[in-house]
Amino acid sequence: MISFILNNQLITTDKPEGMVLVDFIRYEHHMMGTKIGCREGDCGACTVLEGTLREGTVEYKSILSCLAPLGNVHGKHIVTIEGLEQENLSPVQQAMSDRAATQCGFCTPGFIMSLTAHSLKKEASDKEKTIASVSGNICRCTGYKSIELAAEDVNSELKNKEKNNTTEWLVKHGFVPEYFLTIAEKLKQIKAPMNNNKSGIPVGGGTDLFVQKADNLYYSDLNLTQENPQMKQIEFSNGRCFVGAAVNATEMMENKMLQQHFPGLKQYFKLISSEPVRNMGTLAGNIVNASPIADLVAFFLALDATVHLKKGNTEREIPLRELYKGYKQLDLNQNELIEKVSFKIPEKENVFNFEKVSKRTHLDIASVNTAIQLQVKNGTITLAHLSAGGVFAYPFYAYKTVALLVGKTLSHSTISEAAEVLLKEIAPISDIRGTKEYKSLLLRQLFFAHFVKLFPKEIHFSELIEQTENS
Amino acid sequence: MKNIDSTGHVTGKSLYLDDLPLRQDTLFGVVVDSEIAHGHILSFDASEAKNYPGVVRILTAKDIPGENQIGGIIADEGLFAEDSVHFIGQPIALILATSERAAREARQKVKIEYKKLRAITEPREAAAKGEYLLPPKTFASGNPEKQWDKCEYIFTGSTEQAGQEHLYLETQGAYSYPLETENLMVHSSTQSPTAAQRTIAKVLGLPMHRIQVDVVRLGGGFGGKEDQATAWAVMSSLGAYLLNKPVKVVLSRHDDLRMTGKRHPYSSDFKIGFSKDLKILAYEVEYFQNGGAANDLSPAITERTLFHTTNAYYIPHVKATVHSCKTNLPPNTAFRGFGGPQGMFVIESAIAQAAMELGVPSSVIQEKNFIKENDVFYYGQVAKNVNVQKVWNAAHKEYGFTKKQKAIEQFNQKNTLHKKGWAFMPIAFGISFTNTSMNQARALVHIYSDGSVGVSTGAIEMGQGVNTKMLQVAEQTFGISPDRIKLESTNTTRVSNTSPTAASSGADLNGKALQVACTAILRRLKSLASDLFKVPASKIQIKDELVFANGKKTGWNWEKLVYEAFMQRINLTESGHYATPIIHFDKEAGKGHPFAYHVYGLAFYEVTVDVIRGTYEIDEVDVIHDFGKSMNPIIDLGQVEGALVQGIGYTTMEELAYDNEGRLLSNSLSTYKVPDIYAVPAVIRVKPLKTGGHSLAIFKSKAVGEPPLMYGLGAYFAIQNAVRAFNSDFRKFDAPITPEKVLMGLYQKKEKTVQPSPKTAKANASK
Repeated sequence: MISFILNNQLITTDKPEGMVLVDFIRYEHHMMGTKIGCREGDCGACTVLEGTLREGTVEYKSILSCLAPLGNVHGKHIVTIEGLEQENLSPVQQAMSDRAATQCGFCTPGFIMSLTAHSLKKEASDKEKTIASVSGNICRCTGYKSIELAAEDVNSELKNKEKNNTTEWLVKHGFVPEYFLTIAEKLKQIKAPMNNNKSGIPVGGGTDLFVQKADNLYYSDLNLTQENPQMKQIEFSNGRCFVGAAVNATEMMENKMLQQHFPGLKQYFKLISSEPVRNMGTLAGNIVNASPIADLVAFFLALDATVHLKKGNTEREIPLRELYKGYKQLDLNQNELIEKVSFKIPEKENVFNFEKVSKRTHLDIASVNTAIQLQVKNGTITLAHLSAGGVFAYPFYAYKTVALLVGKTLSHSTISEAAEVLLKEIAPISDIRGTKEYKSLLLRQLFFAHFVKLFPKEIHFSELIEQTENS
Repeated sequence: MKNIDSTGHVTGKSLYLDDLPLRQDTLFGVVVDSEIAHGHILSFDASEAKNYPGVVRILTAKDIPGENQIGGIIADEGLFAEDSVHFIGQPIALILATSERAAREARQKVKIEYKKLRAITEPREAAAKGEYLLPPKTFASGNPEKQWDKCEYIFTGSTEQAGQEHLYLETQGAYSYPLETENLMVHSSTQSPTAAQRTIAKVLGLPMHRIQVDVVRLGGGFGGKEDQATAWAVMSSLGAYLLNKPVKVVLSRHDDLRMTGKRHPYSSDFKIGFSKDLKILAYEVEYFQNGGAANDLSPAITERTLFHTTNAYYIPHVKATVHSCKTNLPPNTAFRGFGGPQGMFVIESAIAQAAMELGVPSSVIQEKNFIKENDVFYYGQVAKNVNVQKVWNAAHKEYGFTKKQKAIEQFNQKNTLHKKGWAFMPIAFGISFTNTSMNQARALVHIYSDGSVGVSTGAIEMGQGVNTKMLQVAEQTFGISPDRIKLESTNTTRVSNTSPTAASSGADLNGKALQVACTAILRRLKSLASDLFKVPASKIQIKDELVFANGKKTGWNWEKLVYEAFMQRINLTESGHYATPIIHFDKEAGKGHPFAYHVYGLAFYEVTVDVIRGTYEIDEVDVIHDFGKSMNPIIDLGQVEGALVQGIGYTTMEELAYDNEGRLLSNSLSTYKVPDIYAVPAVIRVKPLKTGGHSLAIFKSKAVGEPPLMYGLGAYFAIQNAVRAFNSDFRKFDAPITPEKVLMGLYQKKEKTVQPSPKTAKANASK
């Protein structure tokens, strides 16, 4: 049995744990405010709130009910647009209405839920974060300018939000109904989920599996890993960082230690899907998905990460770059699961950069992505790791380019020479994300971008182009 | 006044098709469609699917009691394929089951054998093989052939434009159930309830009066539910009729993307000639329109392309021809702008090409050729109340472009990693259905004895706010509080023979019809008041719910007057009819006065291209728009912004792609990208042109749905100019201008562009 609180009501159901939440809400529970636009996490019309009990208080985030398996909401508080019903409109609803930020209205409940999730966060609001909260919501009518104005209104309404007792403050100011104050107690009453079926299909956040094969998973036994405590940690010890398999992109992005080591972290991760997808999608999911353009994999390849695998009591470690054997083929045994991923914490003088270009900058799959880690001492490259996505059958670690770079002087000619090697060791194909000629050119450009961005004084783009054209 | 649906929308209470409560025993339909783009059906084996748990029945063409025909303008499209298939996604059968899941799963069990034939996906290939939907259509004036000798400069070139997916957030769907004695109730997400009604009647072999189509609202339409909503309404009705049970058909997003038509792709050739002072003397253009596998609305879209061939310019000698080509893609269909953007893109490309060759900004050529008062559009309509030059002047005064252009030039001199570009996009868009007979509408008004008012019109609410505007018409005509007025669903039994809500005409046509109805009842009420207060009816006024006689309060209010009218047996119901005056058009001659009026406007773009990555951002768009006298500024502004951004999507990131087999590659929202909140221009400024409006527009407030979409074309030219600031060899007219095309354009070598190829714009400056 799956138990959770839906708005103000305790639900206990024997529906399959692989049923997606939106179907339960709409067609089992007949609450029609949550809309279905795409069933693949790309439109946000089905956005709902998920509240999780942590240390006595409920923390909320936006999730996509079209991709969330019912099994993953056990013990949670799920809030739909109906759950915001009060006598008066909430400040979020009022702003969207006042600013004419709703036309056909079909996407609107999703926007309301995203902005409400933003309001419920403990951290202070600003304009950028408010806008970011609707980064997963597509509107085809308004052109978004009115929604931007509504978001600004919401942001100013949140100016005096209290960091402690946030929910109380929000109830007082009409953002959420009073019953939110009773949820923590109610969630405590729900018992931990029944034993997971360890032999079932492993499912993390569901953001890829439920796009690919929701119908199969409906009937399948699932091994739900999302709330597995052993897989939820980000730890630093012995000069290494360990990231649990079920850690999602938001948790990495918000991790203060990681932010210290990677000052650009938030900017990089903002290019990865959208806020609600990042709230769900896990590191291990992105790795085993084995998509050639997996963004997190590109990131971790440049960290020269190690994958920690576990099957029963047998443990195994393998460099991430050796995990992939072919298109969607992994060096992974039956029932062997990724438990965590670790990498050596970069030394202070190391620099890191991540680049991604897609048709649409945000919430899109890369045409090409790439990450680099470099250490340059006295003008000589002493360490290099380079990844490239979208240019090979699997996420690519550029062995030859790395070999060429290490030991060389950091110079325009080195980079130009390396670019040539890089373009020879990849094998892009033409598809919906671009022709192979484009992907090659784009990778060269992004490779140059790494250096132009990391070494603005030493490396100049125009000289790189000149060097390349002359060679 | 904000949209009357706002509160319902923000609380999630507004109902859409898929939200309607289900009746007992509802069956769910899933469409079985062709897996190949062209071929013969050798065998269709649904035996396993029929036995799948939950499946009740599988319907094919053989089950149709009437005609297997859904073609709107030309009868060339079956509801279900019979012997042959002509596009991937073409419906062959409908599986009816007790759950949507069962029907979907059963679909996997249907086995169809085909004999594959060669698929055509490109219009020029179709033309080369003589595959046309219609004979070529030409509009002309003067004689360009005789002008070329007189031209100082002549340029020729070609352009490519891909299609565009509507991506209404609510997918297509319908829900039908039997009423007694062979009557059907049909809820449909359609812009054309009457087309659905007529077609259901035809397919079922019933008279139209037995079919009641009801529409509350659409979760977006954009033209995609004008003709293409019909099929699903017919299918659900066929099931409901044959099985005597409620049947719901709602397409999944993937089915919707695969099965429905899009905006027409065009491939075009132009020749343009100028005098020494850059006046356009002659223009010849041939459009190869990718119509898909059936006509759908292509004949009408063809005409609108021809009407907008010269955009906002006066050209004395024009010859324009559309070849409507038959390909093995889903029938392409209406999409906001309706062929207009395609025509305008070519003339703007021709001007841009000339400007590049001559080394002047396009704006120099644009400004010299604007159409003026009493000039004649090349299809014969005399231009009246022309606002092009006014819009241009107002924009320059409001926004000060010279300064901006200078700043952009300086930016480009200083910066090596980013380049900026700018462009102007002027528009002149004709308002009316180009098919004259469709320019009519009806409205039905009831005043109930308690003073509340019910309004029914033929207009469909799909986010554009037409219902709010209808309410304003009733409110202002009667002089009562908006709270008294309710907009009813659009229903073919209440308002018959509706035109589709399309061509930006919904508010004008239905608003005028509503005005007629309200005015007639008001006349009766005033006549009653005249008797009561012994003053002439002309001295009676109703304002803010109060009845005035000779400008003085009478002590009577609306409620009292209405009740008195009811007691005196005065008719409180009225149906209004409106037909646009003046307009006419001779389709054979290609001459007439097809439009009630034109909407004008100008957009200025400033964009920045990232020279390393090939990505771009639209920094600013400054618009002066001819709203007429806007009756609802906040709704009209939303239309301008929304259309502008949809137009920008069309020319930048929205890339529809089919493979050679006719398979849609951009078949999901992960591969077809529309603008998100980060993709839109950082700043959009929209200011109204100060004008008195046009009397053929409702309350002099001009139609606003489609015209601003064409501002979006400016994004193409601004980005092109930014690329050219880095690589002046780049001169392709191939929309959309994706980051891929930008990057390839930034680094393409000159010799590559000069190679003659039909797809590459090739310039020949003669003389």
